[in-house]
This record gives sequence, structure tokens and C-alpha cells, in this order.
Amino acid sequence: MISFDPTENSALARAFYRRMALEQMRPISRKYDEEEHALPVEWIEYYWRNARGGAPGSPGGPSDGFVQVCIQAEELCFGDAALYLRMPTAALGGSAVAAAGTPEQRERFLRPFRESSHPIWGAMAITEPNAGSDSAAIQTTARFDPATDEWVLNGTKIFCTAGEGASQTEGGFVVVWATIDKSLGRGGIKSFVVPAKTPGMRLVGLEKKLGIRASDTATLVFEDCRVPSGNLLGRPPKPKSADEKAAEATRSGDKGFKGAMATFDASRPIVAAMAVGVGRAALDFTVEELGRQGVPLRFDAPPRELTAVERDVIDMQAELQAARLLTWRAASMMTRGKPNNLEASMAKAKAGLAVTKITQKAVELLGPPGYSKKLLVEKWMRDAKINDIYEGTQQINQLIVARRILEYSSSQLR
Amino acid sequence: MIDFEPTEEQSLIAETVREFAKSELRTLAREADEAAKTPSEVLLRARELGLVAHGLPEEYGGGGARSAVTGALVAEELAYGDLALALAVLAPSLLAVPVADFGTPAQKAALLPELISSASCPGTLAVVEPRFDSDAYRPRTSARREGSSWVLEGAKCLVPWLEGVRHVLVLARAADELAGFLVPSDAPGLRVTPEAYMGVRALPLAELALDAVRVPADARLGGVDGPDLRALIARGRVGLAALGVGVARAAFELARDYAKERHAFGAPIATKQAIAFKLADMAIEIDGARLLAWEAAWKLDQGDDATREAALAIHQVRRVALEVADGAVQVFGGHGYVREYLPELLLRNARGFACFESLTLV
Repeated sequence: MISFDPTENSALARAFYRRMALEQMRPISRKYDEEEHALPVEWIEYYWRNARGGAPGSPGGPSDGFVQVCIQAEELCFGDAALYLRMPTAALGGSAVAAAGTPEQRERFLRPFRESSHPIWGAMAITEPNAGSDSAAIQTTARFDPATDEWVLNGTKIFCTAGEGASQTEGGFVVVWATIDKSLGRGGIKSFVVPAKTPGMRLVGLEKKLGIRASDTATLVFEDCRVPSGNLLGRPPKPKSADEKAAEATRSGDKGFKGAMATFDASRPIVAAMAVGVGRAALDFTVEELGRQGVPLRFDAPPRELTAVERDVIDMQAELQAARLLTWRAASMMTRGKPNNLEASMAKAKAGLAVTKITQKAVELLGPPGYSKKLLVEKWMRDAKINDIYEGTQQINQLIVARRILEYSSSQLR
Repeated sequence: MIDFEPTEEQSLIAETVREFAKSELRTLAREADEAAKTPSEVLLRARELGLVAHGLPEEYGGGGARSAVTGALVAEELAYGDLALALAVLAPSLLAVPVADFGTPAQKAALLPELISSASCPGTLAVVEPRFDSDAYRPRTSARREGSSWVLEGAKCLVPWLEGVRHVLVLARAADELAGFLVPSDAPGLRVTPEAYMGVRALPLAELALDAVRVPADARLGGVDGPDLRALIARGRVGLAALGVGVARAAFELARDYAKERHAFGAPIATKQAIAFKLADMAIEIDGARLLAWEAAWKLDQGDDATREAALAIHQVRRVALEVADGAVQVFGGHGYVREYLPELLLRNARGFACFESLTLV
């Protein structure tokens, strides 16, 4: 039944994370925006100790499923999107393992995130210097070495979110996309779990960015980096001879590219929710600040009587709510086990663009203080922009939506 | 629990209405627009479906299943067929909903049975005024008490005026409250003039001049000190938002199908990103607007104040319906501009949401 009433558990989670956002994140927002590559130790420790186990609630009680995950992401990014990305979690690496991994792999790679004695991170490495949106064009290779039963990775990955934490702290891992046979095109692309500190995986740099500066965006180089055969995500090969082994390994990745792409159907609603959180931070602040200065906001005035500012704010609120509801819908379909590829991309495309515009407008509406570093609004504008780029740019999501609504394949609509 | 799935019953209703909208409203849309006339058989068929009666109180012959969410689903489907005919089909709600929600027992007994059973449309609602700053919440039309009567002065426009109208509920300012007055269509001092607009041409609309129209004290909706009717405006906005989504969806689907059929440079134009991305944006905006309308409708069903949600929904729909309809004309190119195809009609209809207010109620 159509309903917009969150469950008790979601309401508790919202309150729990909102408090964390306001009390733990906001006070250090500016500091870690300015100290770009410094480790936000107090936040990482706080999260690991107090929030790793999730929000309080009644287990087994009615749940909003993935919508609750979206509510959590929104609240924390309402606090600070960059610190959210810096949280010690399995993050996208975890999503990839969950989407494409076997039960054994899920247990092996994700258990440490519950049991480790110190904070650890997961990450996913897809983008390369010459392959961003066109992820089928990646050049990183994985060669099977039957002598040692290992995969050998070679290549360079850029823009790897949480890549510093995931590659350098024992217990974490990076999921690396690589091709086992370039002649197979996207069919040859598989994902491999590379544990932190694996020899041959090197952190060679961190990006200096427009926003989300507290988030470590890493460049990772793989030089003859060896991982056990069982780290290829998907069904484990049951080989006999070396040849069969390689052949089997090839087939075992049948969830390979598609599995990795399926990760996006799960992660895009979350990224959209993160975007909504940043947008809300700017919008709520703007409305409060304008209210303090005596600027009215009327929902019952005729459109042609509204001030330009009121009209802008109503527009921003409608846009943000549309983005939020599209996000929840995509998440709710996941909970129901329905395919949500179209809806996930719709949500991500809408949210990314909406909050980019909302935060830019917020800076404008507040005048010089909005532009000033005394307030966080300018930071939120810088932080917001990434939502229209990562996890599939606006244009890639438009392309996915277009293919779906036109019922065109990727070769019919390029 | 947050959920986006209509109930089985709602899905069934929406499906039935969609069929009706496709096979009858859409088929008749062009002809009705050109003739500026609602074909009477459409109204009869709609009556048989019981679209308005379904939500009205059982004790007066209705179905007793009032739900703004269901109303929004129905409105979208009807407008997907044709906006003007959808408004005509839903017109009995204009008097029936306010009377059901706010009427005194006597007003209900006097009006509802006929509104529910009549084959014509015996009542309507006058909200919009012919001014650039027409304000549904604060009308310029005034009502002042004189002895045991109310005296109404002012002007209204965009009043659906189908055959058989015997009462019009006029929204006016009484003291400083938004109040409604039941005015007989033949009341002295009331002048009804047919209007023609750029769009929704098939819907008979009227301008009303109220020149010292005198009605008895009990003609005020809800009684002598009748209730504040502000909640009614949100019902109008939610209904219009859902209708706008239907118009946009019609335009989007026409554009999508045309883009797949129309070849240029040796391929369907839909294979060009310039067209494909436009269609993708249309689809995204329509879904977002629909969810805003649903949320506002849901809020109404909770019995909560939905002023803000309804305002956001209609604000979004005003933009989205227009942009999508304009996009459809653009995708069709020259063909979109000629009256042989529907996009130009949809564009004319979509522009109306900028000034429509309470042309239907959920």
C-alpha cells in the first residue's frame, strides 16, 4: 500500500544518525575540509566504537529495508558527506562482494568488518586513467598462474574512494576490476578482492579535490600483484588440469561484469540518498537563515505573488523531495527483490543534478555569507557536485534510463 | 512502512480507468477539442464506471471508499487519455467533495443523492478569479452578511459548467475566512458567460459575474459559521497535480514511440543521444512529480494538513507537464506543430496548470 510513513525502526535510525551528524560530524566539518589529507581520527574512532553495529531499534520489527539504509546515508551526509565516505566500513567494496561474491567469500571478506579490533575499510577500484564511464574499456589485466593457483594483477586505478584506508590498513580490501582476456570485451572483466597490504599493490597518490576533501581518493598501482584464485568474486572454480582450471575460472566469472554492474543497482540509491543529505543540509540552513532575516516562505500564496526567493525555495524543496522519493522508490524495489536498474539510475540522475543546483542556489540566496568560509554552505556546494559525477555520471545514468525506456540494447543506443 | 505499491484494488481501478481513457477519451480527444464540446456519451460511460461516486458516502448512494491516493491514480489515468475530458468526467466531484467534507446534514441530504445518481452534472465549483494574482486562499470575491442573507460580490472564471448545473459553490471571503456559498444557477445577479481558452477546449467553462447575489444564511457551506475551507484547496492541487502527471505521461509516450519510428540519417531518431536523453529526462521528471502527488494525497488521507505537500506537488507539475509536452512537440518536429498529431494539443493543455486551481477535487 502506498505509504510515506517510516517504520519505528527507521524513525529511530533517523534520530540516531541525525544526532551523530550534528554532534560528531558538523563540529569537525570545516577542519577536515581544510586539512585535506589528514586522518579524522576522532570521527573514525567514534564511528568504530559507537555506530559500527548500526542504530538502535527492535530487531525483527517492521523494517523499511533498503529505504532505512537510504535514510541513514541521508542523515550522515546531512552531517558531512566527506566524513561519511571516510567512515570505516566495507563501503562499495562490500557492496561488490555482497552482489557478486559467494557465501564463503562474503563471510571471509566481510566478517572482519564486524570483528576486527581496529577500524578497517573496503573500497572498489574501477576507474582508470583512460576508462571512466566506459568501464568495459579497462586495461588492468589479471593473468592466472596455474603454478601457484593465483591471479596476477597489473594496471593502474584512479579515483578509488577510501582507497588509502582500504589498501593500507590490515583487514580491509580493495575490489579491483580487471580483464582476464581483452579479446572477450566486457565478458572478460572480473572483479578480484585484493587484501590490504598485498605485495604489488601500491598507493601512489591522493587527489586534491573541489570538495569531499576528507575522503581519501586514491591512485593505486598494481604490479604483479598476486591474489589467491579464490579471490575472484563469483563461484569458486573446481578445476582439474591447469588448462581446465583457467577455462573454469573464465566461466566462473559469469556474474563478472554483470555482477559488478548489479552492484550499481544497489549502490546508486545509496549515493542518491547521500546527495539528498548534502542538498538538505544546504536547503534547511538557507530556509532557517532567511527566516531569521524575516524572509517569508508561503505555500498558500498564488504563484505570481511569490517573491523570487520564495519561488526558488519552493522549487528547491520540490526538487529535493522528488529526488528523495525517487531514491526511496528504487530502494524499496530492492527490498522487494524487484529489478530496479531503471529506477536506481533515475534516482541517481535526479538526485545528483538536483542537489548540485540546490546547493549552488543556496550560496546565491545567502549572498556574501553564503560564499564565505564562515559558513558551511560553500563547502556543501563543493561537496554536492561529486554526486553528479561519481557512481555513474549524470550522462551515464541518462543513457541507462534511455536504454530502458526505449528498450534498446547498449549497441542500439551508444 | 514506506511503500510505493498501490493496493491490488487500486491497481485494478487504475487499470480499468486506463482502458477507458485509452479507448474512449484518447480516441475522442482531437474531435472534442476541435468541436470544443464534451461528447455526452463519455459522461454517461464515466458515470457507469462510478469514478466519482466510488469515493462518496454510502448513506447517500456512494461507494464509501474515499481515498485521495486512489483519486490521484484515477486522475492520472483519465488525463493520460485527455485532460479536458478527464476534467469533464470528474466534474461532479467539484460540488460533491466539498459537500461531503464540509456540508451540514441538510446540505448533504439535499445535494449528495442527486450529485451521485444524476446522469448530468448538477453542481460545480467557482474558485479561480480573472486576475493575474488570483488567490484560491484569499479570493477577492466577498460575502457580507445582511440580515438573514449573504450578499456576494465579485467575479470568477474557469468554472466547469456542464449541462444540468443547478448549484455552484462559490468560494468567497467572509470576514477574513475562506468560505463557500451554494448559489443556484438562476440566482438573480449571477451572470454566467461561456469562456474559451487556449487549451482544455472540450471542457465547457464559464465566467461568473456576481452582482449583489443574495443567498439565505443556510447557503453557507457547513452552516452559518461554516468551517474554514482551506483544506479544500490542497485537494484541488493534488487532483491537478495527478492530472498534470497524466498529461505529461501521454506526451512522453507519444514522443518515445514516435522517436523509435521516425528515421533520420538512416536510423531511428531515438538512437541519437540528443533525443534519447531528452526522453530519459522526461521519464525521470514524470516519476518524480508523480511521487510528490502521491505523497500529498497520502497526507490528505492521513487527515493531516497537506498545504505544503500539495503546493510542492503542483509547483513541480506546473513545470514538468509543460516541459514534457513541449519536449514532445520538439521530438515530433514539424509534425508536433500540426493538429494532425496530439503534441500541440498536449502543449496547450499543459500550459493551463499555471492558472488552474480546484478544477477537480480528490
